[in-house]
Amino acid sequence: MKITLKLYAVLGQYLPDHAKKNEAEVEVEDASALTSVLAAYGVPPEHCHLVLVNGHYIAPSERADKILKEGDALAAWPPVAGG
Amino acid sequence: MSWTKNVLRVNLTSGTCESEPLNMEWANKYLGQRGLATKYYTEECDPKVDPLSPENKMIVATGPLTGTAAPTSGRWSVITKGALTGAIACSNSGGFFGAELKNAGWDMIIFEGKSAGPVYLDIHNEKAELKDASALWGKSVWDTEDALRDIRGDKDIRCASIGQAGEAQALFAAIVNDKDRAAGRSGVGAVMGSKNLKAIAVRGTVGVQVGDPMKFMQATGACNQILADNAVTGEGLPAYGTQVLMNVINETGALPTHNASDVQFDGASDIGGEAMTTPRETDGKANLVSNAACFGCPISCQRVSQMDPNHFSVKGQPKYHDTSGGLEYEAAWALGAATGVNDLEALTYCNFICNEYGMDPISLGSTVAAAMELFKLGAITEADTGGIALEFGNAEALCKICDQTGLGEGFGKEIGQGSRRMCEKYGHPDLSMTVKSQEFPAYDPRGIQGMGLTYATSNRGACHLRSYTVASEVLGIPEKTDPLSSEGKAGLVKAFQDATAAVDSMGLCVFTTFALTLDDFGPMVDADLEGEWSAESLLEIGERIWNLERKFNNEAGFTAADDTLPKRLLTEAAKTGPAAGKVNELGKMLPEYYELRGWTPDGVPSNETLNRLNL
Repeated sequence: MKITLKLYAVLGQYLPDHAKKNEAEVEVEDASALTSVLAAYGVPPEHCHLVLVNGHYIAPSERADKILKEGDALAAWPPVAGG
Repeated sequence: MSWTKNVLRVNLTSGTCESEPLNMEWANKYLGQRGLATKYYTEECDPKVDPLSPENKMIVATGPLTGTAAPTSGRWSVITKGALTGAIACSNSGGFFGAELKNAGWDMIIFEGKSAGPVYLDIHNEKAELKDASALWGKSVWDTEDALRDIRGDKDIRCASIGQAGEAQALFAAIVNDKDRAAGRSGVGAVMGSKNLKAIAVRGTVGVQVGDPMKFMQATGACNQILADNAVTGEGLPAYGTQVLMNVINETGALPTHNASDVQFDGASDIGGEAMTTPRETDGKANLVSNAACFGCPISCQRVSQMDPNHFSVKGQPKYHDTSGGLEYEAAWALGAATGVNDLEALTYCNFICNEYGMDPISLGSTVAAAMELFKLGAITEADTGGIALEFGNAEALCKICDQTGLGEGFGKEIGQGSRRMCEKYGHPDLSMTVKSQEFPAYDPRGIQGMGLTYATSNRGACHLRSYTVASEVLGIPEKTDPLSSEGKAGLVKAFQDATAAVDSMGLCVFTTFALTLDDFGPMVDADLEGEWSAESLLEIGERIWNLERKFNNEAGFTAADDTLPKRLLTEAAKTGPAAGKVNELGKMLPEYYELRGWTPDGVPSNETLNRLNL
């Protein structure tokens, strides 16, 4: 299935070459867990402070059990803040 | 003892500068900066005063920790009645000016009256005098600072000044220091302009004494270590600045777009922190050159940018080709997503001229966005705008109208009135994205519910920095709450408001609160000042300040009816993203908030609350 992988700030280095503006459509196995997708792209889990699926927050304790669906948008950030 | 215990009273009408002792009874109850200056202001000014009249006063204040070795101790504030809002205003800035003023031996400067002609205040330690500024009037902030350094023959002076926008009394004019740090909100620059006060130039070499130096260094050392070890203040903010939020908030579905018609912006990734570090197609260079720090700051979140010299906005204008203060998140949102403009260089130019002319980019961008919606509806036309096609997404129109606003020319004069007055004039008051006449910033309350209550109850008009619940609702600091739920947000907002009022009164930056709590601040303040200080006493001071500000606003004529949001946020559901179908649930949060505050159902602090807080 296809999902959109969005990696921001320093995590952008883990995006595939065809990525544009910090996002790429990627092919993953059906019913992949969120953590397995991030691992497949070499994203260190300890650097993923903020993870959203379709804009919804996924707590660290829920990431291994979060199963992705076709068309989902998975976005991750290192520690960030603003104001 | 980091109060200098000296107040400088400047009467602009008579041209006198006099020193008087700090009221220590008030200092112990209100700490400094925001709190203490608000106490002075509310004791001395009629709540009904016209903000632009000579009867209004303006206080420039430092906190007890300003200029010390405490982390982020460069903060200072301007306290007055806001020209934009008619409410109590406290506009906070960083840079180096505040620490210099403190090092000159002053806790605060109280300006009263109005000068017959343009003047600037010249301070060298205990010596303070008003000087003729006729030759400076008409100059930008940048040129004023350069000229004052030449006049004084001292490159080390620090300046806070108004540009052309403050002189023209644009109602969201800012006071800018160190060329690109600003007391930006609520129109404090218009108040300064109304007094014919162009600038304050200060050189301070007296130094700042702390009460118990050994204990103080231990306490500041502990706080510095926490800030360094914290992932956000030690890594995230220095590396990416606030602008990294652009994609976070867009993905969250809470990025007000096209005057808050939408909650997500297609062009967000073109104008965020990542775009600033990406080499431009035009010249191969990135917009972001480096980060920078204010006085005493280990976080260093400030952006330093350099534009493409061939961009249409700056071509042939070398003064914009050097490095200067770059886009922060709020400015990039207001000038970009709100207006639908995704040209990063155009936004950088508009941000540069906000510093140069002295304007608040949040109110400017939001007002331009409202004008663009009026233009779309045909309520204003090119006959009104002098031929500018004020369409959403039009970068050239944005740059032109920002220029005109800064200089007080053309349709820019209408923009300079702020969106509430402009939208009323052109028959569509509901299109103004304001609370208490102040434009709300970069978080849509349909997607971040707590920010709706934050905006509605902010004492200085809509503002994110009075209770930044985004930290909890989106970023999980100190703990994660659901941004789409209004449950528990009344308590969250109150807690943020009271703690922030305390931090704003110390002389420190609110960004420290991403890592530090009042339990960390308590030992620093306790080591610095005489008396006993703790997290509990600081929180009590914060609550007292909040209620003092509220009391002033009520006496100025504000009521519970003003604790509301633009109709759009309450009735038009978000169209996309996680908040699709949702409006802000202010009606559920507000009664609970009043109750938690100890206010009547009409939003008035009860006698019991006032007595409890010694008000």
